[in-house]
Parts: sequence; C-alpha cells; structure tokens
Amino acid sequence: MIAEWGHFALILTLALAVAQSSLPLIGAARGIPQWINMAPTAAIGQGLLVSFAFGCLTYAYVTSDFSVANVAENSHTLKPMLYKITGVWGNHEGSLLLWLLILVLFGAAVAIFGRQLPDTLRARVLAVQGMVGVGFLLFILLTSNPFDRIIPMPVEGKGLNPLLQDPGLAFHPPFLYLGYVGFSVAFSFAIAALIEGRVDPAWARWVRPWTLTAWIFLTIGIAMGSWWAYYELGWGGWWFWDPVENASFMPWLAGTALLHSAIVVEKREALKSWTVLLAIVTFSLSLLGTFLVRSGVLNSVHAFATDPARGLFILLFLCATVGGSLTLYAWRAPKLSAVGLFAPVSREGALVLNNMLLAVATGAVLLGTLYPLALDAISGQKVSVGPAYFNSVFVPIMAPLCAAIAVGPLLAWKRGDLSAVLTRLKAAGLLAIVGLLLALWLRGDGAWLSLLGLCLGFWLIAGSLTEWASRLKLFAAPIGESLSRARNLPRSAWGMTVAHLGVGLLILGITVSETWQIEKQLVMQPGQSVQVGPVEYRFIGVQTVRGPNYTALQGRFELLRNGRVVDILAPSQRRYPQPPMETTEAAIRPSLVADLYAVVGEGDAQRGWAVRLYWKPMVSWIWLGSLVMAFGGVLSVSDRRHRVGAPRKAPAKSAKAHTAAAE
Amino acid sequence: MRFLPLLVFIVIGIGLAVGLTLNPREIPSALIGKPAPDFALPALEGRAKADNQGLSKTDLQTGQPSLVNVFASWCLPCRVEHPLLNQLAREGIAPIHALNYKDQPRDATRWLNELGDPFSRIGADKDGRVSIDWGVYGVPETFVVDGKGEILCRHVGALTEHDVETKIRPILNDLKAGRESRVKC
Repeated sequence: MIAEWGHFALILTLALAVAQSSLPLIGAARGIPQWINMAPTAAIGQGLLVSFAFGCLTYAYVTSDFSVANVAENSHTLKPMLYKITGVWGNHEGSLLLWLLILVLFGAAVAIFGRQLPDTLRARVLAVQGMVGVGFLLFILLTSNPFDRIIPMPVEGKGLNPLLQDPGLAFHPPFLYLGYVGFSVAFSFAIAALIEGRVDPAWARWVRPWTLTAWIFLTIGIAMGSWWAYYELGWGGWWFWDPVENASFMPWLAGTALLHSAIVVEKREALKSWTVLLAIVTFSLSLLGTFLVRSGVLNSVHAFATDPARGLFILLFLCATVGGSLTLYAWRAPKLSAVGLFAPVSREGALVLNNMLLAVATGAVLLGTLYPLALDAISGQKVSVGPAYFNSVFVPIMAPLCAAIAVGPLLAWKRGDLSAVLTRLKAAGLLAIVGLLLALWLRGDGAWLSLLGLCLGFWLIAGSLTEWASRLKLFAAPIGESLSRARNLPRSAWGMTVAHLGVGLLILGITVSETWQIEKQLVMQPGQSVQVGPVEYRFIGVQTVRGPNYTALQGRFELLRNGRVVDILAPSQRRYPQPPMETTEAAIRPSLVADLYAVVGEGDAQRGWAVRLYWKPMVSWIWLGSLVMAFGGVLSVSDRRHRVGAPRKAPAKSAKAHTAAAE
Repeated sequence: MRFLPLLVFIVIGIGLAVGLTLNPREIPSALIGKPAPDFALPALEGRAKADNQGLSKTDLQTGQPSLVNVFASWCLPCRVEHPLLNQLAREGIAPIHALNYKDQPRDATRWLNELGDPFSRIGADKDGRVSIDWGVYGVPETFVVDGKGEILCRHVGALTEHDVETKIRPILNDLKAGRESRVKC
C-alpha cells in the first residue's frame, strides 16, 4: 500500500506543478494577486508531497519489500542498512526521484527564503521551476516509475552493484545533484528576467547565493567522485576524463564562469545578457550531464536503444527546456542593455577574460565528450577520446586563467593600472621563480608541465595572499589596525581569497603528484620486500576475510622507514556473490606529504601475487584544495548582504554587536 | 550573434536524435561456436626461436585443436599466468599460439626471454585490430580453437590451474576423442 501512496503523491505533485507553472505566469502578466500568490504555496506543497513519496520508496527499501520491482532489482536482504538506504538512489528510477526531490526542495526554499523578492519575480521564478518539475514528473511517471509492482513477488532481491556499496559513492550522487539541480534556480531567475526584460544589480544579488550554493555542492560532489575513483578503482588515478566525469565537470566550469560574471552585473551593471546566457547554459549542461550519466545514458546511447521511449522522452525534454530557453534568449536578450562601460584592463576586463577562458574550456570538454557520439552518428566509427586530447587542450586554457587569477582581484573597477598591479606582485613573481628553480633542481630533465605547474601554483597562492594582505594593510599599518580591518573585511572577500588559495593548492597537488609519483608493479611472494620512494613495502601474505555480504582476499604489507615498521596496509580484493562481481579495495595511508597506496591483484600462493605499490607525493592536496575552494564558497555565501532581510548597510553599532556575538 | 547558442544546440540536438536511431553494435562475445575471424598477422620481430612465424587463420585450420592466448608485456596478470602456459607447453597439451596485443616487439621479446616462450606461433597485433575482431576487451584472454578453426571456449583474465582442469583440458580431451563437448565456457 505504501508504494501506491508514493505513486499517488507523485501524481498529485504533477497536478500541482502544472498549476504552478502556468497560473503565476498569467497572474504576473495580468496583475492577478491571487494567482501570483499561489506560487509559493504550491512550491511548498510540492516539496512536502515529493518528500513523502521519497519517504515511501525509502521505506520499501528499508523493509526489503520485494513486491516493488525497483527494490527487487536493486536491493538484497543481506545488504547493510546504510546501503539499503543509499540503494534508493543507486538506480535509474530512484535517482530520478532524488533529482526531483532536490528540485522541489530548492523550489520550496525559494518560496520560503525569497520573501524579499518582488512578488512578480518570485512568481515567475517559481513558475519556471514548476515547468522543469513537470518535465521530470512526466518522465518519472510515464517511463521510469519507481513504484511499479512485480508479480509474482521474488523471495530475494538481485542486489546493488558492489561498486556502489561504498560510503564515498553512496553520498556522491546527492551532492552532485544538489549542485546540478541548484543551478536550476539560477536558470529560473534567468528565464524570469528574460520574461520581465530586466536584469539589474538587485537581480544579480538575489541569484548569487543560489548559484554559490549549487557551486559549493557540485565542487564537493566532484571531489568526492574523484576521491572514490582514487581508492576504489585501484588504478591510483583520480581523474580519467571519462564521459561521466566530464558530464559533471562541464556544469562546474560554466557555473564558475557564472559566479564571476554575476559579480560584474551586481557591481557594474554590465555583461547582463552574457550572464543570463551562462545561467541557461549551466543548467542545460546539468541536464545533459544528468541524462548522460543516469541509468547510464552513456553506456547509454545504448540504454537509449534498449528503451526507445525513455531515450525519446529525454531528447524531447532537452529540446523543450534548452531549445525553448535559448529561443527566448535570442528573442529577448537585446532588451538587456549594459549600463557600465569599462576599459579592457580593469577588474571587469579580468572577469571577462576569466569567462572567456572558462567558456572555451567548457566547449573543449563538451566537444571531447560528444565527439565519439557524433562520429558514430555520421560514419559509424567507434572511437573514444581520452586523456591525451583533454590534457593537451586543457592545460593551455587553464594556465593563463591561473596566471590571471592573481592579477584580476588587484585591478581597479572600470580602468585598472596593470603595471602598478604587477609591481605589487613582485614578491609573488619572485616566489614563482623560486618554484621554477625548485622544480628544475628536483627534476632537471625539463618536464615543462611540472615547471609550469609549480610556477603557477606558487604565483597563484602568493598573488592571492598579496591581495589579501593589501586589503588588511598587513605590515604597512599597525597590527591592531590590520586586525580590525580583518574583522571588517566582508565575508565575500574572505571567500574569494580562500577559494583562490584552494585553486593554488589543487594545482600544486596535481603537479607534484603527477611528476614525482613512484609506481611499482610486480609479482611478490610473501616475505619479499621492495623499496618504493623513501618507503619499503614488505609483503606479509594474503588471507581470506569474510564481510557482511562478500568474501575478500586481503593482502598485508608492512611499511618500513629506515628499517622501522611505521604502519600496515591491508588492500583487498572483494568478491560479491549477489550480483557476482569483484571490487578492488586499495589500502591508502594518506598524509599531506605523500600518500602510500597499495593494491593486491590476482595470483596464488605458488606463483605469488600481482601487486601495485605507489608513493604519491602531495596527492591529497588535490582534494584538500577542492575542499578549500568549497569553503571559500561557504564564506562567500554567508556574507551579510546575501542574508535574508539583512539591510544593505547596517549601522556601525549593530555591526559591532554582531561581531561581538560572533566571537 | 544572439541566435548562435540556439544554432549550436540545434546541431547537438540533431546529433543526439541520430544517435538515438543507431543500433549499438554488440560486443562480439558471441563468437563461441563460430569460426575464428579472418586475419593474418606478421611474426614478432626479433623473437629468439628458430621457426619464428606469424599467425593467420589458416594456422588454426590444421585439423588439430589449439589454444590462442592474448598477451602483452605490459600486462601484469599475463605475468602471473605465464608459468602455467610454460607448463602446458612442456606437457604438449596442444599448440599454444599467441596474439601479442598492442606491444613493442622489443619489450615482448625481452619479456619472453625472461619468462620463457611457450608459444608456437605469435602474431604481432601492434594496433590491436585483430584482437578487436576476436572480441578481446582486456588481456590476458585465452581461446580454445578446434581443428577447423572454430572457437569453442573463451577465458577472460589470467588462467589458473583450476580453469585448465575444469575447462581447457576437458574440452581438448573431448576434441581428441572426437565427441561433442558439453563443458560450459
């Protein structure tokens, strides 16, 4: 019965979504207050209904109700409780329901936190959210109903793909979706602005926290996915440029561009139609990504073929959403005229450069991702586009971007003085040269990429700190004044510095780990030992271990440094009976200096075991840098000008009281 | 200019629509029970063997069953299974041919010199095309081929003694006795 309630809740939501996507639009155009005001109520109602439906499906999973086809296909009684719950979104239907849940929760959040928005704008934004919701609800109800029953009811489920039975991956999709779907709010704001024909600084200020929130979640989601690939796939790599990863990376790139161009709209009333376009493109890429990935539309053009109805629906939905919004854009964008003018060398100019480079990077990734598809469609040839393409295209785009990150924030609005800024960056330049020399000294064979990477990393970090120090007048004024300046520095400024530092850490992590990693692949007998970088791995042997729903061959390595045992690594090879599959569990001893990483593979007692051992210097900085970037976003989103009901300029007294309270 | 994004999307949309109509080609793992694909590969350069010859389909149609092993010097599980292949070759279970998959001849010959060379004929499949025709999607793989050049069995991954005793040997025994094999592969 529970499943039917969930199904019914979804149908009710659809009715509500249809009303929400039409009446408020008409109401806003004709000035009918009741119709305008129904939007927030409907949005909150949708949030409650879909939460209920999601709860129903979760209940079916927790109680292992195999009469529900989705549960029977993807769950198993022996599965640990955590993976019964995460199994809800570990499949096509359930993940679409999660997508929908996050969409309506964002809609409800706009309804609740958007009280200071003009009524008509809020009504239009929610109407657009409603339209996206209608599309997803139809998709779920017509082609992918998670509540379908199965007769006769099987006694046992088929089990969840073991690769997904991992805490890292279990929570990766929700974060990714929070990012993808979060951009729907920016999208709705953009469409509403096109309908109203008006984009102003207030609009940009309202869009910003939503965009930032989505960006933070997406950053964390991508980092989690990469961390998962690092320790679960057992290849020691952390980014493979595979289409699924690209699908999440493209909205991130476009979203990062959007964050920056919205600043220009807010401060200078320029780049309006570009910003609106970016908001549309970012969400369109999120949609494309969702569909390329989910239910493996990617192994997927193939999944299309197995269920033509599903594939056709996806395509129609994409055409309606993306085609419709781009048509609206082509029609209405000329109404959005820029007010602020600026010289090429200026803060605005630097942000335009940032946007151009990010847009080119997005295009390059899009091309590489869709090219195999296009070639197959045109000539029937099967190719895959790999890291060789992406690395050679991506580095030349990212290098100037990273170089410019240090310069941009120091430039003045409207008209900047580049030579004066470069003078202030002397120290940073010096540090970059130190980085270059360091790389040359450590590795004289002129691997130019590592030289460039270290150079850029140092430059970026030192440049960001220079800008921060100059805001605080650090070392130029008494320390007390610097401290009070630090207290009064807006959170968004802190956020920018921290996020840019994160980029620097990320670059250093990538460069150092790629350049100086040491990898040994060999067949080892118990008792043998091998030196990998500064560490000696001694192979103790392999034993069989039994887990809750798998058996594992577990290898043991003692790690020796200067002859003393410092730690033990126990990588394993898990074998799941249901569904039958093997997974690799790498054993990792992470640290800020270097990760020690071991994988045990095939073999037996007589001939030895195939093992892979690594010393990966500074590889954890990649995720550290990503988290620092996300934290910068959190700081920025907590800036008081984004807070609900915060007056634009608080009187000095209350500001002081606020900082006191914060302390 | 303002129509540009729309035009780009229309192109992508048409591409996706065409993609929808395509029937993805099946991975030809269904080769079992079918004749081996037509192919002719040159010998592995520099191999230390008196009669160093390449491999082609006719070499599999000699009336005598044979094994075809796909290996590469860069492949670690190949190294693990290699002593077993040496042992099978010494025993003379059947001629063992090889496809040397996406490898440098220099690396492959050094590898064989180091670990032993159990193979009769080796075809150097430098760009991996022939292996694709065989439906190989990872090394090592081992095929059992009957005397008419028909593929009877395929094993993916490193061979173990268990695999030899439960699959490879029973099939070869059945072939030699001239009876239909019921071993599942």
